[in-house]
Order: sequence, then structure tokens, then C-alpha cells
Amino acid sequence: MEYEAVIGLEVHAQLLTKSKAFCSCTTKFGNVPNSNTCPICLGMPGVLPVFNRRALEFTVRMALACNCTINEISRFARKNYYYPDLPKNYQISQYELPLAEHGWMEIDTGTNTRKIGITRIHMEEDAGKLIHDETKAFSYVDLNRTGVPLIEIVSEPDIRTPEEAAAYLKALHSILVYLEICDGNMEEGSFRCDANVSLRPFGATGLGVKTELKNMNSFRNVQKALQYEIDRQTEVLESGETVVQETRLFDPASGTTSSMRSKEEAHDYRYFPDPDLLPLRVTFNFVEQVRSELPELPVQKRDRFMQEYQLPRYDADVLTSSRMLADYFENTVALYPQAKAVSNWVMTELLRLMKAANEDNPSGRISPGMLAELLELMDKGVVSGKMAKTIFEDMYDSGHTASAIIEQKGLVQVSDEDELRALVCKVLDDSPKEVAKYQGGKTQLLGHFVGQVMKATRGKANPAIVNKLLLEELDKRG
Amino acid sequence: MSELYEMTAWQLAEELEKGQVCSVDVTQSVIKRIETVEELVHAYVTVAPDRAIEMAKESDAKRAKGASNRLLGIPVAVKDNMCMKGQRTTCGSRILANFSPPYDATVVAAMREAGMVILGSCNMDEFAMGSSTETSFWGPTRNPWDRDRTPGGSSGGSAAAVSAGEAILSVGSDTGGSIRLPASFCGVSGMKPTYGAISRYGLVAYASSLDQIGPFGRDIRDLSLLLNLLCHHDPKDSTSVPRQYPDFTTVLETPVSGMKIGLPREFFSKLDHPDVERVMKDAQSVFQALGINFVELSLPHLDYGIAAYYIIAPCEASSNLARYDGVKYGHRAENFSNMIDMYRYSRAEGFGSEVKRRIMLGTYALSSGYYDAYYLKAAKVRSLITQDFRSAFQDCDAILCPVAPTPPFKIGEKIDDPIQMYLTDVFTIPVNMAGLPGLSLPGGFSADGLPIGIQLIAPHFEEVRLIQLGAAYQKETDHHLARPSI
Repeated sequence: MEYEAVIGLEVHAQLLTKSKAFCSCTTKFGNVPNSNTCPICLGMPGVLPVFNRRALEFTVRMALACNCTINEISRFARKNYYYPDLPKNYQISQYELPLAEHGWMEIDTGTNTRKIGITRIHMEEDAGKLIHDETKAFSYVDLNRTGVPLIEIVSEPDIRTPEEAAAYLKALHSILVYLEICDGNMEEGSFRCDANVSLRPFGATGLGVKTELKNMNSFRNVQKALQYEIDRQTEVLESGETVVQETRLFDPASGTTSSMRSKEEAHDYRYFPDPDLLPLRVTFNFVEQVRSELPELPVQKRDRFMQEYQLPRYDADVLTSSRMLADYFENTVALYPQAKAVSNWVMTELLRLMKAANEDNPSGRISPGMLAELLELMDKGVVSGKMAKTIFEDMYDSGHTASAIIEQKGLVQVSDEDELRALVCKVLDDSPKEVAKYQGGKTQLLGHFVGQVMKATRGKANPAIVNKLLLEELDKRG
Repeated sequence: MSELYEMTAWQLAEELEKGQVCSVDVTQSVIKRIETVEELVHAYVTVAPDRAIEMAKESDAKRAKGASNRLLGIPVAVKDNMCMKGQRTTCGSRILANFSPPYDATVVAAMREAGMVILGSCNMDEFAMGSSTETSFWGPTRNPWDRDRTPGGSSGGSAAAVSAGEAILSVGSDTGGSIRLPASFCGVSGMKPTYGAISRYGLVAYASSLDQIGPFGRDIRDLSLLLNLLCHHDPKDSTSVPRQYPDFTTVLETPVSGMKIGLPREFFSKLDHPDVERVMKDAQSVFQALGINFVELSLPHLDYGIAAYYIIAPCEASSNLARYDGVKYGHRAENFSNMIDMYRYSRAEGFGSEVKRRIMLGTYALSSGYYDAYYLKAAKVRSLITQDFRSAFQDCDAILCPVAPTPPFKIGEKIDDPIQMYLTDVFTIPVNMAGLPGLSLPGGFSADGLPIGIQLIAPHFEEVRLIQLGAAYQKETDHHLARPSI
């Protein structure tokens, strides 16, 4: 039997607020363990939470970007469970009345475009971290992350393939970063994903038994884990058995999932409204204020790039994949208006170097002005295309401008016709046999002569002029 | 002239202002009294005489520099569930027996700021769960009027301290009657203000939606002084209500003639103790003579108050007390082989049986499949009770009723019968459920000379009415002037 996968994703995104969700401690990553704490986030007796309004604004941004309905009244609830990284032994979250519901997002897998429903977006606080030392009989607790605001974005079970799951996650990720509400760093855990997956026969409308997958810390791992799980469930079903409802942990090393806890072992979180926090009222005016300040989102930007700069869909997709890259492109085009040329340079040269250097800020080494200058020097014939690529790498390494590098290394292109004609004549004089063959019809030898001239000038000769002069001189000898 | 420790804060404020005495004199008098009677009463968990004298000296120095407010230099005792930076705050529990908070509760900070002299921390039922101060890890407090009897609870230590002259003023907290009941049993005045009037920041939580801090004093005038200090919006408490509070001392002389007092049928039909009935009748006569009209009214859902309270309060408590796990502070068991056992043994050793009972009740009621039948139903009952009061207050300015069904009961009398103990709070719990202000005033004595209180209830944020009525009542009566012979 052919099966269809039914996938729903739960994404946790850390909000980029300066202070924590319910106290004024900093959210800065990487500080000395337990230094970003106060009596409130340490869960001392008698402390009370006060909600960070900035976190609300950020969540409303995401809710609007995901086409959600924003509830005028939402409530914080306590999710009760015991763990040493949770000082109060309950997490402040939202349960029955989340901030936002009923949204959707468009995804594009390259082969098709689909709408994925978003069930809800709610706010909650992050837990701390346990640090285990195998050589010791105890573990350390770091509560710096405790109370950092998170949003949880829950999708409808609308996703059908691991590729769609990855496309959905990339779209969410890109929007979060565009909105400047999450740094999207998956390794540091600012963007985390759990998946629910079940199978059903193609054409069926009911739902099969699902498993929940955890511990996938990259887009690729989400895809791998889902594929593994789909294959595993297919085998289970085909052997006539039934899938067990459980939580499974993905192991990135082996690419497999294994059972973590069964349905029976699942926590009873005993949710109830948090009596320390009043129902949260979000006014129409506040929502409209946030809406009016929303930046252009990735899909809108892509469409505008295609129209305004006449770029192919592929270019527009790549350039708008991050807000920084899109801004870089636009800032460069403002100085050097040949959009397609800029797009080519950004997509090939710049992205290649950024990837090699594991850098995500395009203007970190080469500003838009520096790229525009290089492109102009190329147009003026000061440097050849080939030289420009070498210079660009130099610029990336050193941070110097193109003109500075050209001057420093004496890289100015030789375009002086007299100087080049002398060289051309010398090359032809030195190769009588090849000249004869050329005259005999083997015209592809022209490239060989160009190469000789370039070699003699260590690549600085203007190739167009060399070409022209060679043709003239060979003509004379013909 | 009476001893300084016997005087009211109001009287002492006048003496201090006149320069007749200084705060060190007053404080020393109270400390001497504590040394004499504390052994008999056990009102305190921690007495800090040296620190108190230091604070008294500081307040005298402030006064010498021109500072002047009516609480400057007045000794006060604080219930052991309000955090005092660097001072042991145990909540009457073994699990916090050695806990010193790293911060001050907002009310403690306010008392420091006003230059009050903090004598120490008062005994209480463990985590404020109880009506007799018998569930304290530190042993029971005794009623200064009869040491075989309880002072009521849970703020029994705070009430007993004021009653026995071991403090001039004190603060307690009231979740289901924990200020009003001990005030009644100890013959002092006590008020639970409107929920949201006094910051809960730094009050170790029992049931967050019901807990409210309030003052104890020897008369209504002393309560008005403390209320002026304590009633303020606090941005650190999201449930603190942002509003302007009046100067409560300005209404002490306001006439009450023409005001209407409601008598809820459901309360009075429950009375079956002759002394309590007599005290209530006497109180009615006093108010009648003051020109007050009475109206009989009905609060139909009152009977469900206790049942709903014993769902909501334990539910919140089961979550509030989850943090005491031996990981970060407080008691940790010594022998355990894994994390779960550390939790289990630390909590098994750290909590007493009443606390465990309520944690289990709450955990059960919140469990998946039971939430709707218990918590949600109780929340609905709570709304109905609130609605009952709202309708009642359309026909009257305040409600008069007993504080407790009986005079103080004996130590040990109800401790093994939780239901009987819970029923002690039948008249006080509905006030917490509705978040209303409630005042407990000495109303007379039983045949065998034990104090019996009366309770006045007003609409939200109408503490002013309670003070007006209380002041008028105490002008006509002398129950509040009686002192236990100890």
C-alpha cells in the first residue's frame, strides 16, 4: 500500500528582547553561568512575574506576518512539571487562550507552492540548562536562559513531505529574522523544532497514530529525521503491526530515531491560569500600530525584486533569502544600477566567500560601495573580469578597496596599444610554426597567442585589445 | 501611666513627636515584655532584639534630623511569610527552616523606609495553611487570653504578639480568614484589605489569587496608620491595582449615621453558639444607636464557599509550593540515590501533614480529566459568590457578620479533624473568594472571658467605610481596650 505522511511542526523561537519575559535580567548569550539571574527568575519564595511588553510586541509582529487572528484577551497558564532547570517547577506559558490563532503561511518547495495552516502562536518562558559531567555524581544547573521569552508556533498537520517541512521551517525562519525578533541561530537553540508525524493510506482522510520527534537542530536534520521516521512507520505498517504513540529522539550521528518515552509516561502538566498574571488584553490600536511598522516580508520583497529589477525568480529567491543580503543588493544597485550584474556578483562571488568564511553579514568585509566601485572599474576597462574576481577575493580578505589593491599590487590593466602591439609582434615572431598553421586554417590557435601575450604581461593585458591587435598582425602576415 | 508596650501606635506617635520618649525606650519596653511573656505565648519564630534596637536608634536619629511620620520608630512584628533580606524567613516550615531571602518584600521595604522598628518574624501555620497556628514546624502559638487555646490562624503569632504586648503593630496575611480569625480570637483589630490593595511581592505564596497582606493593631486608628503605609500600587506585582488611596486617618471622625448595614440571612442562620449570637446582637444595638439602618439580605451561594475554596486554594498551592524541591534553597534530604528521590525525600521531610494534604488535593484537582469538574467548577462558584456580594452591596454600604462560629477553641481540639478545622473559616472565606475588604474588631467576650470578634465587609476598595464604621463602633465600646492578664 502507498502511504501519505501527515506532518505538523512545533517551532520554538527565542525572542530578541533585551530583558527576560518576566523580570529585568539580560538575555545576553554566553555570560558566566547563573550571572543573568535575579530572585524572580531563580524562583525564590515570594517573587512575582511582570510581563515584558516588548515580548508582546514581537509576538504580535510574528502573528501578523503569519496571517493569524490576534485574541483581544489571552491568558498565561502554568505548565507544571519537575525538572532542575525549571526553578519554579512550572513554566509560564499559554494554554487555553493563546495570543494568536488561525494563521497560514505560503511555502515553496521549488516544485509547488502550498499554504500551511498555523494553529496557534503563544508566548512562554524558556527553561535553563543542565550541564552534565560524566566524571561527577552530580550535574550543574545554569539558569541564565531561564525566563528568556519564547514563542511557540504550532502548524496544522498540513505538511506532507520532509521537503515541505524544510521549506516551511525555512520560511518561518526567514520571517523571524526579517522581523528582527529572533536571531534564528539553530545551534545555540534560538530556533528549535519538534515534529509530529503519522502515516495514512493515500486518499484516506483520517489520521494514523503519530510519533513526536525531538532533538533536530538543523533544517537538514529535520528532513532526515522525518524521512527516517516515515520509512520506519511504513515498515511497521507493512509488516502488519501498529505504530506506537510515543516521543522519539533523533540521533544526528546515526540519522535514526529511538523511543524516548511512551504515551503512558507522558507528563500531566496540570495547566491552569496563572493567578499571578492578569488576563492579557491586546487592543486593536496596538495591533494596528505594530502592523503599520511591519517591514516588507520575504515573499513581498521577492516579488518586488522580480518586477523592479527585472531579475529572474531564482535570483530574487536567493537575494531575499535574508534581509541583510537583500539590503546589500539594493544598496549596491543604488550606486551601480546594472541590477543583473550586481545580482550575479552577489550570488556567486560574495555568497561563495561568505560561505567559506562562515559569515552571515554580507557587508561585514566588502561594503556595497566597495563592490560598486569594482564593477565600475571593470566597466571602464581598468581591470578585466578575471582580474576583478581575484581583486574581489583580496578585498574580502583584507577589507581594502579595489583601487587600493590595484595600486598596491600594480594590477592596472595594460591597454596601451603601442606597448601591446610590440608584445604581440614578439609573440608572433617567436612562433613561426604556429603562425603558419593559423594561416593554414587552424584559427583556434588565436587563443594560444592571446595566452602568450597575457602570460608575458602577467595577466594585465586588456584581452579585448590583445585580440584586436593579434587579428590585425596575423592579417598583415597572411 | 501604662507601660509603653501597652500603648497604641497612635498614642506612642504623639509621645514620640512631643519628645517625651524615644523609639529606643519604646523598643526596649517591648523587648522586655517579649522576654517576659514569649515563653508562655510563643508568638515569634525569630526575635531580633539587637537589630530592633539598631533600627530604633536609626529612627531616633532620623527624628533628630527633622524626620516625622506617625510610624517612625514604632515597633512592628512581621508574619514569617514576608521576605526580609538576609533574615531567616521560614513560613513556619521545616523546608525553609534555614532560608534567608536575598531581597525585601515590598511591605518590608516600606516599613524600613518609614523608619519602623522590625522586632522579628511571627509564628504561623505552615505556609499559612491552618486556622490555629498549630501546623507550624516551630510548635503552636498560645492564645494570650487562655494559653490552652489557639490564637486562631494562620497569622496567630502576629495577632498574639499585639494582644500580649509583644508588639505595638503587626502584619499578617489572609487567604481564607488568616488575619480576621486570629484578630477575633486574640481580641485585637485586623483587616484584610481588597485583593490588589497591598503588594504581594515578597509574600511567600500560598494561594496567589486569594492571599492578601493586612495590618493588626489594638484599635482601628492603628490600623488606619498601617494601611496608609501599605496600600500602594506596586509595579512588581501584576495583580496590584494602580489607583490613588485616600489618607485613611482622615475618616476616623466621619459620622456614620444614615449608613445601611446588610445582615446576610445565610450567615446568621448558621449561628449556634450563644456567646457569638449575643455578641452579634450587641453589635447591632451599638450600630443602631449610631443611626445605622439594617437590611436583611441573601447571599445564596455562600454555602459553597468552603467547598470551592478547598479546590482553588490547594490547586494554586500545589503549583506555588512546587519550587521547594531541595535543588536551590531550603531543606534537602541527606540520603538519596537519584534526582527523583532527592525531590521526594526533601519534600517528604520538609513539609508537614496539612501542607501535604493540600498539595495532594490540588494536584488531584488539576489532573487531566478532573480539571473541569473541580477547578473550573470552583472558579464558577467563585464568580457566583462575587456576584452575590455585588448584588448585596446595591442594598447596603457594608455587611455585618461574625468572624468565626465559636470563641477560641482548645489546642489539639480540631487538629486531627481537618473538616472541622476548615469549617472555622465559613464566615471569612467568601470575602477572599470575592476579593473584598474585611475588618475584624473585638466585639465582646464569651461567658468564660474569651474574646469574640465581629466582621464588617465592604465593596472593593471601600476600606474607608470599614474604618469609618470601625472607628464609630470603638468610640461606643471598650472591648478593644481589654488586655489579657498574662
